Amino acid sequence: MQIHKYDTVIVGAGGAGMRAAIESTKRSRTAVLTKLYPTRSHTGAAQGGMAAALANVEEDNWEWHTFDTIKGGDYLVDQDAAEILAKEAIDAVLDLEKMGLPFNRTPQGTIDQRRFGGHTRNHGEAAVRRSCYASDRTGHMILQTLYQNCVKEGVEFFNEFYVLDLLLAEVDGVQKTAGVVAYELATGEIHVFQAKAVIFASGGTGKFFKVTSNAHTLTGDGQAVAYRRGLPLEDMEFFQFHPTGIWRMGILLTEGARGEGGILRNKDGERFMEKYAPVMKDLASRDVVSRAIYTEIREGRGCGPEGDHVYLDLTHLPPEQLDAKLPDITEFARTYLGIEPYTDPIPIQPTAHYAMGGIPTNVEGEVLSDNTTVVPGLYAAGEVACVSVHGANRLGTNSLLDINVFGRRAGIAAAEYSATTDYVQLPEDPASVVVAQVEGLRNSTGKERVSEIRNALQECMDKNVMVFRTEQTIKEAVEEIAHLRERYKNVSVQDKGKRFNTDLLEAIELGNLLDLAEVMAISALARKESRGGHYREDYPNRDDINFMRHTMAYREVGADGTESIRLDYKPVVQTRYQPMERKY
Amino acid sequence: MSTPTLEKHSDALDAAESGASHLITVTLRIRRFNSEVSDEANWIDYQLDIDPKERVLDALHKVKWEIDGTLTFRRSCAHGICGSDAMRINGRNRLACKTLIKDINPEKPITVEPIKGLTVLKDLVVDMDPFFQAYRDVMPFLITKGNEPTRERLQSPEDRERFDDTTKCILCAACTSSCPVFWNDGQYFGPAAIVNAHRFIFDSRDEGGEQRLEILNDKDGVWRCRTTFNCTDACPRGIEVTKAIQEVKRALITRRF
Repeated sequence: MQIHKYDTVIVGAGGAGMRAAIESTKRSRTAVLTKLYPTRSHTGAAQGGMAAALANVEEDNWEWHTFDTIKGGDYLVDQDAAEILAKEAIDAVLDLEKMGLPFNRTPQGTIDQRRFGGHTRNHGEAAVRRSCYASDRTGHMILQTLYQNCVKEGVEFFNEFYVLDLLLAEVDGVQKTAGVVAYELATGEIHVFQAKAVIFASGGTGKFFKVTSNAHTLTGDGQAVAYRRGLPLEDMEFFQFHPTGIWRMGILLTEGARGEGGILRNKDGERFMEKYAPVMKDLASRDVVSRAIYTEIREGRGCGPEGDHVYLDLTHLPPEQLDAKLPDITEFARTYLGIEPYTDPIPIQPTAHYAMGGIPTNVEGEVLSDNTTVVPGLYAAGEVACVSVHGANRLGTNSLLDINVFGRRAGIAAAEYSATTDYVQLPEDPASVVVAQVEGLRNSTGKERVSEIRNALQECMDKNVMVFRTEQTIKEAVEEIAHLRERYKNVSVQDKGKRFNTDLLEAIELGNLLDLAEVMAISALARKESRGGHYREDYPNRDDINFMRHTMAYREVGADGTESIRLDYKPVVQTRYQPMERKY
Repeated sequence: MSTPTLEKHSDALDAAESGASHLITVTLRIRRFNSEVSDEANWIDYQLDIDPKERVLDALHKVKWEIDGTLTFRRSCAHGICGSDAMRINGRNRLACKTLIKDINPEKPITVEPIKGLTVLKDLVVDMDPFFQAYRDVMPFLITKGNEPTRERLQSPEDRERFDDTTKCILCAACTSSCPVFWNDGQYFGPAAIVNAHRFIFDSRDEGGEQRLEILNDKDGVWRCRTTFNCTDACPRGIEVTKAIQEVKRALITRRF
């Protein structure tokens, strides 16, 4: 076991982690731990853009952006946080441009902007051009630009180091951050990183669904580690299903395709979104569009021999426009479906895309251990966190924004904290939990296989807690997940070695997915209303009286070692916008 | 807006939408190496049933998840944008997640081996550090002088277009590890580093072009390129790599960029 000592440790090297690292490296001795290489992170998969009211191509302002974000989140958004997001968006985009990001340009040479779902002029009048973009690979360009600037700043990376535990230590009755424990994939060695401040920026947890736009590696590692250390998870029932994933594969096709004029059609060729969202049509918010697609499918208007998908139609757009603005997604259609998007519509279905919930933080990125108490030295930013700027449904282009605004804030806050505080003494035998976990899995002789349990989990989640949910389907999920967690106790790996043991890695990841799936299902069961991405057919309306509040899920361990989930609730911060019925 | 006649499906769309998957049996011949087991690498055959519309990555997962959990490879996004799973498939560098079984003649055994020129650590996993070191050596970041403007730097769409192709790079190393010069001499920067230098040299906002050109004028720099076009063939992002290297060479001669 090796022990390292850094002022600030960042877990994850996607957009939020690297944006934080650029700030914290300037101010404190920083290490960035990632289970991949930085440029492999899933920020690179984001396509359509990053929202900011630059008003480069038409009138816009951050106040409209704030309103759209709050309305998009079905009023579960903390309004103070949304205001910061929208205000700081402008500098966040300009900062990236100055770091070198090659945004598309207007004829005048300024950053070009395009339309995106839910972003409107003057509180919903019409779609506004707010998304700053680099072709349909904006996330790729953000990831590359941030990595380039990390190289420039000399950020210290520990690549393929998988963080398995968070170390907290009690000082004068207060739980403070002491560091993290990581598993080095190349050697199998355990490393303890003592740190004054730790920032979790480890991304999402979409891999508990089968049809998902998420990478294989998005297994909720940070959320699970924090949760097991007794920290709450906020709003985990809210998961976004992006309307346009490639049918059956789930690969993301950007909303920018509809921003450029693409149209959703059912088997009759009908532009069905006109029925569901008369003003914004295909550019309504994602939860609205995903529900509309499944409604069409359920009512028999789906496409294909099994009627289980609809079309994204780009055939009316000039090929030059597709080549210039949407080259990657048209190539995906060619590569994976063998069709030509110039002339063929693209078969699509909603795909599990984004966790609105996560580790609760305040607007400085400080992690909360309950509704109000900050854990000194612990921070989170990006998809792993819940600020909450996305509420019950995130708007497209607000996640690339979130990672930049709150990644930066967390990086500054963590480094400033480490500059003014001392190390907390490490707990005795700090790696014991991780050693037990790793060796337990490596030496297990159980008969269960990781892939079988994971497949069963993904099938269960797709079937029961996707776009439409009822008490019955969620209960089925709760039961099945409990059953799978029992089976997981007998899971074993075939690879018993030390070097690059990805068999072991996948087993650990599955454990994280199972824990988080359970939190999601239990949180969803208790929320007897429909709001944003959480739609209950048995409670189809939003219920502001009983449920205008954030869910806070805590892991409880009884005296006999039995685990359970305790739900609590946290008020929503409302400043200037009163909840209204949400129409697009 | 007119409603297209969606009844007139192309054959390609009909094929894409046919739900029934017909499985075929393929042999995956994988180059295995694990120093914990043996000092020697060897080929091992795996037979599996798979839908030919699936990816080589899916086939590798089938082996790992259903046959042999010790098989080791890197992967993440599974659709060609993260750059984790470059490997040599039937003798050619490709991304396993962008190569469909049906596109590589499943009649014969499909060979899968690690990319060449970088040390193999285990099975299909190679040491990427020398590759990223070469990338870092070309100063892959925007270099500017003077005060920053308040708003964005201006750049015309034409100037932006000038380096568009090389911004697509995902650092997968398919190009560098397909280059015979790199195989013979690991000191050569390799195509990927030059592509990333190109991305900045031809960015109208950048003022570090001269410095980067001097780095690439080195004996291990662009002049080692023998224009074999392996890199261009290998690039999963369709970047005209050889052309970019030629443009850097020309810039070195003319000092105009």
